[in-house]
Amino acid sequence: MSVWIAIGITALGCYLVKLLGLSVPAGALERPVFKRLTALLPVALLAALTAQQTFADQTVLVLDARAAGLAAAALALVLRAPFLVVVAAAVLVTAGIRAVG
Amino acid sequence: MRDALGVGIAVGLSGFAFGVTASGAGISLAQTCALSLFVFTGASQFALVGALAAGSGPLTAAVGAFFLGTRNTLYGLRLSGLLGLRLGTRVAAAHWVIDETSAVALAQRGRQAVRLGFTVTGATLFVLWNLTTFLGALGAEALGDTAAWGLDAAPPAAFLALLAPMLRTGAERTTAGLAAVLGLALLPVLPAGVPVLVAALAAPAVLVVHSGKARRAADVLMLQKQKQKQKQKQKQKQKQKQKLVQEQEQADEQGQEQAQRRTESGSEEESR
Repeated sequence: MSVWIAIGITALGCYLVKLLGLSVPAGALERPVFKRLTALLPVALLAALTAQQTFADQTVLVLDARAAGLAAAALALVLRAPFLVVVAAAVLVTAGIRAVG
Repeated sequence: MRDALGVGIAVGLSGFAFGVTASGAGISLAQTCALSLFVFTGASQFALVGALAAGSGPLTAAVGAFFLGTRNTLYGLRLSGLLGLRLGTRVAAAHWVIDETSAVALAQRGRQAVRLGFTVTGATLFVLWNLTTFLGALGAEALGDTAAWGLDAAPPAAFLALLAPMLRTGAERTTAGLAAVLGLALLPVLPAGVPVLVAALAAPAVLVVHSGKARRAADVLMLQKQKQKQKQKQKQKQKQKQKLVQEQEQADEQGQEQAQRRTESGSEEESR
């Protein structure tokens, strides 16, 4: 049930911020500070999420096959691979290391 | 049009990754599909699923996902003038205001082209994203233990792929580094889901420091300019002084010459 609540809140919130952008009169939110903050927020969130999902197991920090998988993803990104290839590289390398180890 | 279809298909297929990830995180098939249908902004969906899998409460997980979605407001701001939609259409179109539709629409010229780009990208992406989400979740459920297949590496890789194109300036890289460190360091200390929200504070923090730096840099520049001006003024003054001195000297010399001439002429007169 709590998952449904989270989904409901997220769906509503994400829809409202989309509608807000389309509905607000031009220039109202055009302040440079607002622009730079909304551009930087996803950067901070995604970086924190990447780090946690790679190096954490619940609340404990760990170093396992996922780190190698992320390195493979990073390499794929440097080589300008498309999104799905990047994710696939991480999955394959992680699975490969687990199979060997 | 071809761009719109290309982007729609390429990104639409990424729904597989989301479906698989959500399933691996213990989210049910119906819940996974509901997310793709009603949230329909990839980063927020991945974030919500990841947070729930890490054991964070529904509210903290939703707040993180919500913050990730705020960037769509910016797209809407830029699109609204170009699309020129009436209220009814706007309410419907808002659901499709995301990274990809905005990127395609903003690259078009003329209202018709912008509308077409937005609609084609949005429709292709919406259909494919939901279809592949469903298939991905279904496939992952059939796989069983997703960790054995390395599928728990999918979310961080997806986050990294979303993050990479955002890292262009120094401020963005600093923010990412600081947030990553904060997110890890606070993990053992704070309740699940909260460290990500605290790490998000790296954004305003870096913004304040950077604008401070920019202001200080501007101040330094101003001071340098002022100093240069003062120096120039001083030089000018010195030159003027030198000129004055030279003139005075010349005047003195002339005066002395005149005086000499006078005395000479005087002595001549005397001698007469």
